[in-house]
Amino acid sequence: MQRILLSLLAGSLFGGGLFVSGMTDTTKVQGWLDVFGDWDPTLAFVMGGAIIPMFIAWRFTEGRKPLVGGDFPKPPAPELDHRLITGSVLFGMGWGLAGLCPGPAVASITYNGMGGLVFMAAMLGGMALAPLVGTRLDRLSAAV
Amino acid sequence: MQTDWIWGLVGGGLIGMGGAVFLLGNGRIMGASGILGGLIDGTGRSNLWERVAFLAGVVVMPLLLWPLYNVKIDTHLTDKWEVIVVAGLLVGVGTRIANGCTSGHGVCGISRFSLRGIVATVFYILAGGLTLALFRHVWGLI
Repeated sequence: MQRILLSLLAGSLFGGGLFVSGMTDTTKVQGWLDVFGDWDPTLAFVMGGAIIPMFIAWRFTEGRKPLVGGDFPKPPAPELDHRLITGSVLFGMGWGLAGLCPGPAVASITYNGMGGLVFMAAMLGGMALAPLVGTRLDRLSAAV
Repeated sequence: MQTDWIWGLVGGGLIGMGGAVFLLGNGRIMGASGILGGLIDGTGRSNLWERVAFLAGVVVMPLLLWPLYNVKIDTHLTDKWEVIVVAGLLVGVGTRIANGCTSGHGVCGISRFSLRGIVATVFYILAGGLTLALFRHVWGLI
């Protein structure tokens, strides 16, 4: 139960943050990516504002255990692989085209109209296809 | 608007606090694509309700904050269906293959100086900027 309540709290903070920061407005996201147009630096402030509490939180994990028990995530793997790069490029292309990434797509689902629902459906479809595409990419990368 | 960056910082702070609660409370990395994707491909069955509760919070909180805003919130999402569908597919496939998006790789990864998080963020920002430049300024399609 505690786990579920903490998840709800985390999700509420996340959704509230995405809403007040303006990140569910696609013009603000595309504005950040659009260096040749009317550039909008807001996203950098959002990222910076989010990284500060998270940085403190990571410091706080040292020598401690999560509140509900278990262990903290393992230190990040240092290896870069083709999946990380290819996946990020594909994600970035979609992000640039529509100005939506997964968090804001969920947060805006009630006020993003039919387009928001279609985006969500396509995104979930993409997520379902990802294991298949990933295996193909593995084969491709082994061949080159 | 001139105050946009302040709201960006405030909202960012809330996002980071959400990530801190998820990490220090449940011992998990707050990544939107991972939380959602685990429900789609079945890898998240063991902690299904944790994921559902998180997503419920994400959806409901904007609605609770809505009355406090006296401006009309517009997402300005494109009305070109083909763009929405292609973009959605790319975001879904890409984030799952890269194992993270703006929240997981960006916020949670960068804040612990994860090389993977930093590299992923550089690549999706470059890919996004280049795609937008081509489709908007070169081809005029979006």
